[in-house]
Amino acid sequence: MSGKITLIIDGQEIEAEIGQTILDAADAAGVYIPRLCAMKGLSPHGSCRVCTVHVNGRPQAACTQPVAPGMSIENETPELKAHRVSVIDMLFVEGNHYCMFCEKSGNCELQAVAYRLGILAPQHDYMFPCRGVDASHPEVFIDGNRCILCGRCVRASQELDNKNVFQFVGRGIHKRLTFNAPNNLSQTDLAGIDKAVDSCPVGAILRKGTAFSVPIGQRLYDNEPIGSEIESGRRTNDRQV
Amino acid sequence: MTEKQAEQIRKICQDYGGDKHRMMDIVREVHAQFGCVSRPAMGWIAEATSTHRVEVESVVSFYAFFSEKPQGRNVIRLCNDVIDRMFGADRVAQAFEEAFGIRVGETTPDGLVTLQYTPCIGMCDQPPAAIINDQIVTWLSTDAARHIAEVIKSGKKVFEAWQSVGDGNNAHPLVHAMVHNNIRKRGPVIFDAFTSGAALSKAVAVSPVEIIKVIKASRLRGRGGAGFPTGMKWEFTRGAPGAQKYIICNADEGEPGTFKDRAILTEMPDLLFEGMTVGGYAIGAKEGILYLRGEYTYLLNYLEDVLAKRRQANLLGQGILGVPNFDFDIRIQMGAGAYICGEETALISSCEGTRGDPKNRPPFPAQQGYLGFPTAVNNVETLCAAARIVDKGSTWFAAQGSAGSSGAKLLSISGDCKAPGIYELPFGISVNEMLAMVGGEDAAAVLVGGPSGQIISRAEFQRTICYDDLGTGGAVMVFGAHRDILAIAAEFMAFFEEESCGYCTTCRVGNTILKNRLQRIIDGKGQMGDLAYLEHTAHTIKALSRCGLGQTSPNPILSTLKNFRDEYEKRITAKDDGMQPAFDIAQALSKTEEIVGRKSTHRQA
Repeated sequence: MSGKITLIIDGQEIEAEIGQTILDAADAAGVYIPRLCAMKGLSPHGSCRVCTVHVNGRPQAACTQPVAPGMSIENETPELKAHRVSVIDMLFVEGNHYCMFCEKSGNCELQAVAYRLGILAPQHDYMFPCRGVDASHPEVFIDGNRCILCGRCVRASQELDNKNVFQFVGRGIHKRLTFNAPNNLSQTDLAGIDKAVDSCPVGAILRKGTAFSVPIGQRLYDNEPIGSEIESGRRTNDRQV
Repeated sequence: MTEKQAEQIRKICQDYGGDKHRMMDIVREVHAQFGCVSRPAMGWIAEATSTHRVEVESVVSFYAFFSEKPQGRNVIRLCNDVIDRMFGADRVAQAFEEAFGIRVGETTPDGLVTLQYTPCIGMCDQPPAAIINDQIVTWLSTDAARHIAEVIKSGKKVFEAWQSVGDGNNAHPLVHAMVHNNIRKRGPVIFDAFTSGAALSKAVAVSPVEIIKVIKASRLRGRGGAGFPTGMKWEFTRGAPGAQKYIICNADEGEPGTFKDRAILTEMPDLLFEGMTVGGYAIGAKEGILYLRGEYTYLLNYLEDVLAKRRQANLLGQGILGVPNFDFDIRIQMGAGAYICGEETALISSCEGTRGDPKNRPPFPAQQGYLGFPTAVNNVETLCAAARIVDKGSTWFAAQGSAGSSGAKLLSISGDCKAPGIYELPFGISVNEMLAMVGGEDAAAVLVGGPSGQIISRAEFQRTICYDDLGTGGAVMVFGAHRDILAIAAEFMAFFEEESCGYCTTCRVGNTILKNRLQRIIDGKGQMGDLAYLEHTAHTIKALSRCGLGQTSPNPILSTLKNFRDEYEKRITAKDDGMQPAFDIAQALSKTEEIVGRKSTHRQA
């Protein structure tokens, strides 16, 4: 046994390896499943719920669910799309997201997934929370308004930087990101080059002095929707066949 | 923070071996000594347990009974769940507020008293109730509140003011609580007489595998609500690879309206501990943990005493009942005010000394649970039933109840009925039969299974309580026709909003969204489209949420939309001014008017 199995995503048979998550298997096969809290190189979190797929009819987070032989997975269905639009909307209204003057615009995964799903305006009411900004660190700037609580920085700091700079405090709608310091970010051992800084999918953690080094129009998702890089992998494979 | 205080904190940490997995106990003790866990204290704790201060902060900020800010020398936690409010909790709160000159949520300037609300404390059969410095006070009135205030102001201990204690073991010197058991109907499974060791001596006479066979044959299913077959759970845990195994008893009954475990813990602790020990024998565990909700701290000393007596009787400890290598002991882990910790993986997180966040599944607790070892998490009532099955046999047990639901169920019944309390009833009883028994025949609505269950109307009172129809962990609330069903649903949504751990988006944000939209309808600003909006948002939350909390939290809205739709529709009346009812132009302009200093033109007429 090579450890290879086959499963079906949206009617298409794909090959997967035992031990992989559905998300990893789909990525390798060139099938894009939208996600925000999942990031290559970090342990799965399963918190944003955007990657929810139907596995044999039951909703499961693709980023945490391991593949199993004979799985029949639905990814692009009107029902799942409606759920994903609703949950992306929730992330928008929960914080204060001002794409038009956010320096992450064009490189922002939240914005890019929203565009890919065709979201123009949120269906939920804005909550307009009061959240803090921390500019104390010489190299890094943190804006809680734009945080989507995906935990990527928490994991990146622990798993890639071998530090423990970030953690969540509070619970429910009052949950928020904080730092391992008595008062502010400058008291932590965060360095500007830390992977945790790059892990932020939105404009909540920003490296100072780099905001517009890539001009608007030339950014990651300005010309192609998010997920194209995964799907283009599939196109390459198709040509090889 | 002085060096002396730091030394005290280091001492507490040392008592727990400087083990960060005992963070709940450490934080609890620091809190008890200092009235809060200040930011400097977090630093000392982190240092003494070799963890990061932010990890300590994360724990302190998660649990309702922990506070970073100094609390009063007396803490009054007034229960404000639906039932307590139906029976006057608001008036009691007002009496406390007036007596102390503070609002709920505040501390008196002299640091004498902190006044807080807390969700269901397991006393819905004797409301309104409160926890005052870990002591329970029940049947509160405005007079009682004023009396308590005087006692506190005079510097006396609150519970010295009470001469009366409840029935049964509530009068035990180690309990000394004014709580009443209110066991209205005793059945053969839980509340029958039990001799310590009866089940255990039969268990050790056969092999652990044999015990699992007996439990499977009894068709016992989990009593917490999910209904997973207990024998299978034990079999999986026993069979999973792991150097150690654990059995955890979930005594964190937090579903509003549930109080059955309170009576078991008070009257049948030996049956429960025997069930845990039998379970430990069956799965091959050396250690069991009783996770006791912080609200039941008043039972802690008593339960520790029961454990001590069981150790003396060789029913716990090394070589139990003379069986070589059968070593098993139980420790009690206190919770600290978090409903989510009733979810089994959140409960494990809490036992491990972290925030009560549920874990991703797989792996399931039976594969990798507490500290990564195979773990069986069982409900209090389930473990009692298991002990009884081992004592009396699987056939005896399976003969009770209905086809798919063997045995009996404890129901905690409260609300608009003549005899609120705990009833041990065979599965398969109809809601009508149950209402006749409790004197609640006039009910307009019955909540079965707590807020995460279903609110049903008279049209469905012929339905039966069992796993195949109305499944329930045991909470039943009875509502008369004079109650406002939408206001009740809104309170439940506020409860779920407060108790969501916040890990996943749908539960964290979605419950707030549902609560706000429902409130808008209650306020007369709803539109017909809001009903479809509530429905599809609720379905998204149920489908996408990670654990049982979010998968059931929209139920108050979905079940009232289904069973009480007219209550919604009658509040949504089309206005003929062509305006969106949700948009209040006067309110929208008010801030601008304030700044400009005059009324908007269209309002000047």
